[in-house]
Parts: sequence; structure tokens; C-alpha cells
Amino acid sequence: MKVPSLRAQAAATVAALGAGFALVFFYAPLDADQGFIQKIFYLHVPLAICALLGFVVAAGHAIRHLRTGDPVHDARSYVSIHLSVIFGVGVLLTGSIWARASWGKWWVWDEPTLVSFLIVFLLYATYYPLRYAIEDRDRQARYASVFAITAGAFVPLNFVAVRMAQSLVHPRVFATAEGGLPGSMLFTFCVCLLGMSLLWLTLVRFELAAKSASAKLSRLRRALEGETYGPPSGSRIAPGVPSRAASPG
Amino acid sequence: MTSPEEGTGGPGARTHSLRAFTAILAKDLRVELRTLQAVPAMVLFAVTTFVLFRYGLDRTSLSGSLAAGVLLATVLFAAILAINRLFVPERDEGGFDAIRLAPVDGSALLAAKAAALIVYLVVLEAVALPVFGVFFLDTWTGVAPLAGVLLLTDLGLAATGVLVSQIGANSRARDLLVPLVLLPLLVPVMIAAANSAQRLLAAGGPSYGGIGKWLAVLALYDVTFLLVAYAVYDFVLED
Amino acid sequence: MGKLELEERTADSGSARRELADAVELSGVWREFGDRPVLRDVSFALARGGTLALLGPNGAGKTTLLRIVATLLRPSHGEVRVLGCSLPAQAHRVRGRLGYLGHEPLLYRDLTAAENLRFQARLYGLPDDGRGRIAELLDTVGMARRANELVRNLSAGMVQRLAACRSVLHDPELLLLDEPRSHLDPEGASLVEALIGRRPDRARVLVAHDIEGALGDSDNALALAAGGAVAYSGPSTGLSVGDARAIYGGAL
Repeated sequence: MKVPSLRAQAAATVAALGAGFALVFFYAPLDADQGFIQKIFYLHVPLAICALLGFVVAAGHAIRHLRTGDPVHDARSYVSIHLSVIFGVGVLLTGSIWARASWGKWWVWDEPTLVSFLIVFLLYATYYPLRYAIEDRDRQARYASVFAITAGAFVPLNFVAVRMAQSLVHPRVFATAEGGLPGSMLFTFCVCLLGMSLLWLTLVRFELAAKSASAKLSRLRRALEGETYGPPSGSRIAPGVPSRAASPG
Repeated sequence: MTSPEEGTGGPGARTHSLRAFTAILAKDLRVELRTLQAVPAMVLFAVTTFVLFRYGLDRTSLSGSLAAGVLLATVLFAAILAINRLFVPERDEGGFDAIRLAPVDGSALLAAKAAALIVYLVVLEAVALPVFGVFFLDTWTGVAPLAGVLLLTDLGLAATGVLVSQIGANSRARDLLVPLVLLPLLVPVMIAAANSAQRLLAAGGPSYGGIGKWLAVLALYDVTFLLVAYAVYDFVLED
Repeated sequence: MGKLELEERTADSGSARRELADAVELSGVWREFGDRPVLRDVSFALARGGTLALLGPNGAGKTTLLRIVATLLRPSHGEVRVLGCSLPAQAHRVRGRLGYLGHEPLLYRDLTAAENLRFQARLYGLPDDGRGRIAELLDTVGMARRANELVRNLSAGMVQRLAACRSVLHDPELLLLDEPRSHLDPEGASLVEALIGRRPDRARVLVAHDIEGALGDSDNALALAAGGAVAYSGPSTGLSVGDARAIYGGAL
């Protein structure tokens, strides 16, 4: 399957997101109970789904990295987590805005999905200090992969536990997209989900391309600075995580 | 991961994992007994924290979810004290080299450290639980099954704690990093243990309604993280 | 100065017997830490029973090279064969057969000398926890009476002697020595020599700053500077140890 060019993919992303937002504002009906503010779900839920899938994808890359030792997979894992964490910030912000608009409080503990997400977010936020605390690039990548796999295993457990802890007195306040939505809402939701997924994938590709370019640049620079021979061919310095510059010497 | 070597006992053969496990566990327990670094600190921390809660909550009697929360939060943070210190002897003495050089499977190290941690936690709980009862509980009938719940919790703490501690052992700022990574991972354990404990510590005596599913979650967590730890230990152990 | 070429080794026919293979063979080994190459394209061979002196100024990569041979580090590129097994894939086969005496004594400070050796013996699967052997080794280095002292109470020289015992406890076929005489007074050095000295059934790689002493004790020499090999006298080249010394002297 031929991978579309980055430009084409970006264009598709813009188109999908544009269509999605247009649908949200002009097509999807107002929710009877919650009114206009309910529309924030078209942003909130797709962000959450993409972020969570992103964490799973990162775990997959991490497994491949441990098996093959190829730093490319580590870079993919890092970028996946990076973007999912950013999307996660969006999830929490939109969730908070919704809570404020509906309940008057900036945070509610009653929504198990949101709470689970907070915990997952807190966990993945430690990915960065973990990486930067390990100087040796090889070990850093390995431990990061171990973390990504562990955290990936943790996510479903976490959702199960939090959901079970939910007191049955408080009803679920978010309507799920799967059940009981009128067709127009479902359609709008799907388009938004598509747009968000494309956004995630496109941003991942952008970031990987940028890393690859900067790695090539630093290799060229080293070659120009008089390193007359480098490691044997077949061992490209694949896009790696930019480690904090170690002190010289 | 690796097959048994030809010629057991001959030069170069792998030492049997159980022998290695007992050797490392015995070494750790001997060092701990001699230096008394982890366990007394954990016990002291727990008792002091109970006193703090007595005043922070302005209560002299606890039951149900409040009792469960105080007990488990205290045990959790005391466990982190031990987890931080788990690999310190290896790190100080040249960073795992002695074990890496030996013909042993890395899982023996992992299992031995987890077992040592469980021993420390059991000793902690053997002291902290009665003290907790004396300080706060009106009825002790729930305490015995509670010990069982704590044991299941300890397994989960050990599996996750050893994994995170090993990752942190070779990093800078490991004292900060280990709790930071560990605490979110322990949320499901906390939830399941707290929900089990609150039923056992209910004001009118232990109730067992609905406790089964929480114990199942605890067990699921334990199994999942033991498996994950076993799957990745090789990658964490190598330099 | 150029890098000396090493003859191409004929590929393993697959039927190479362990007895005929060299103790150590390195071919085109690189090791990078992050972006920095610490070892560049290092190759050498060490025959069984022989001794290789590894020389070079500080930071040349000697310890890194030794750790790679000890299976503690993986090479970034290149091939490493130790005692007939290729690393890192078959590292588990050789670990029990090599001994390593590095900068760190690898001893637990809160255990006694004897307990440390007993722990080591158990890790290596020695019968009877190596009781007899431990007593014999401690006696050889003159620590029989200090056997039940905590390592943290021992002087640096004693610790080094104990570390030497630890490294040969399991009677390894290959001994890797990183400045084995550090912290030792002449008496200690000669006691330790009895443990780690030349033996026909044991190959050694020896890193030492005492160039004359090391070269006098070895069959081959490899000199490193900034991670690259600048001089090598090995069985396949015509250089003598004295020539290597001269080249090394010029590299400084």
C-alpha cells in the first residue's frame, strides 16, 4: 500500500477537520438537556479516543523496538506518546470546560472516564522526566520502551478499576457515541473522529520527519568537523530523541 | 528465554534460577537485618502518619472507607520508602555488575527483589495493623481478613515497585522519579484494596457483599504486572 | 599514524572446535555513547593461555573495551567472540567462564569477606557453596583471619585482595583485569599475583598504567588512543611487543 505524501495527508486532515467543525456548528442538532455546550463533545471524545489509541500504538512500537533494537521504533514510540499527551491536555481542558458549564465546577469526580484519563495522563507525563534522567541514549530508549509497554498494559486495568469504583448513585453524564445517539449526531461525531485521527497521524509524521532531518543535519555537521570515518554503512543514525546536551568531556 | 545449558554443573553452565533466587534473597535479607535501613523507617513512618491522621481528621475512631483510606495510603507511602532503597546495594557496588556477570537468569534478581520487598511489607503490616487497630478501630473482627487483602496488595506493590525501581536505579534523580512513575501505576491497586478494606472495616463488622469483584481486580492487577515485569526484565537488566 | 590492518580471519566453518578457537576475537568493534564514539573499529585476537596488554591514556576506551569482552556492554557494531561464543547472543554461555576484576570491587559493604565470597559461589553454582575454595583463596591473599570482617571495615588494599579472590573464585578460563594492582602495596601485589598471574589454561586481558610491567608480562599488546587502535602486536602481524611500545610511545 503506497503511503500518501505528507502534503496530501495534511490536506486531507484539514479537509476532514473543516468538514467536521462545519457539521458541528451547522448540522448537528442541539442536545435537549445540555444545550449548546454539549457540542464540546465532538472535540472532547475524539481527542480522548485518539490519545488512548495513541498510547496503545506507542506500546506496539515499543515492543518492536525491544525486539529489534532499531531506534526508529523508539522514535515512533516517543512521538506517539508525545502527541497523545498533548491531546490528553486537550481532553482534560475540554472535559473541565464542559464540567464548568454543566455543573458549575471545574472538575467532577463523577465521570469515570475523565478520572481514568487524568490518571493515565499523570502516568504518561512522567515519560519525559524518565527519559531525561537517563543519559546513555541506548539505555534511555530501552527503559522508555519498557515504560511504554508497562503503561500500555496499565491503561485498560485503570479504566476498569475506576469505572467499577463509580458509585451507582450518579448516572453517567456523558452520552456515549455508541449507543442511543440520533443519526445526525452520530454522523457528525464520526467525521470529527476521522478528522482528529488524521490530525494525530499527520502530526506524528511531521514530527518524525523533523527529527529525521535534524539527525541527518547533525551527522553532516559531524562529518564536516573532521570525523573522517563513521560507523559502517547500514547503521544510520535513525531519528532519535533529542537528548539534552550532555556536558562536554 | 534461554534454554538450559549442556552439562549442568559444568563450567559455564547456568546456575539454576532457584538457587540464584535464594542466594540473592538471603543476601538482601541479611544486609537488611544487619543495617536495619528499610523496615524500621517504614514502621516509624506508618505509626507517625497514623498520629498525624488522628489530628488531621480530628477523629479517634475510624471505620469503613475512612479507615481503609488512612490505612492504605499510609502503607502505600511506607512501601515507597522501601522501593526507593531496593536496588541501592547493587547500585553502590558497581551497578548490578556482580549479578550481571554471574551465569544467572535476570529473572532471579527480579523475583528475589520482589520477594524481599514483600517480606519488608509483611513485617511492616504485622506491626502497623495492630497499631492501627489499637489507635482507631472499635472492633477487630475485620482485621484477619484484612491481612489477606493486604497480602494481595503487597504482591501488586512488589511487582510494580520492583519494575519501576529497577528502571530508576540507573537514572539520575531516582528518588523523585520512582514515586512519580509509581504512584499513578498504583491507583488501580489502591482502588481495589480500598474498596475491599472498607467493607471489612465497616462500622458494624465486616461485610462481604461485593468484595469478590474487588479481590478479582487486585488479582488481575497482580498477574498483569508480574507478567509485564517478567517480559521486560531482560531489557532493564542489561547495560 | 595509520591504523594497522588485521588479517581477515577465515570465517568459522561451523565445525571449529572450542579447543582451537581463540580466547577472544574482536573484529571491527565500535561503541558509541549517545553521539560520541568511544571505541572505533577495534580488532584483536588473543590465544588461549596468552596475555594481552591493553594500553592507552585515560579516556582511550580501555575500560569500555574490557567491559564489552566481559559481556557487560554490547558493541554498537562489530563482532565479538569470547571463548568460542559470539556476543551478545551467546553471552549466557560464557559468563560462568570468565572473571572480571574492574575498578569497582563488586563487593557488598555490609557483608563480611567470607559472606561475599559465599554469595558469589552460590551465584556461580559452585558445589558446597565453594567452602573449601574460599578458605584456600583467603589464605593465599593473607586474609584468613579477616574473613569475618565487614567489607566496609577493610582497607582499600584488603578490599582489592578480596576482589581478586572474587574474580577467580570459579576458576575462569578468561580473566579480565582492569588495573589489578590499584590500592595494593608490594606485598599485597605479590599475593594477588598468585591468584591472577599467568597460567597456561587461562587467557588474560590486562589493563595497566604501568607500561613496562604490563608489557613484560604479556604476549601481545594493543594500544588505544581516543577509542581507536594505534598499535597492535598480535599473532598475525609481525610486530613484537617492543615495536608496539615504541609506536605507543610516539602516540602520546
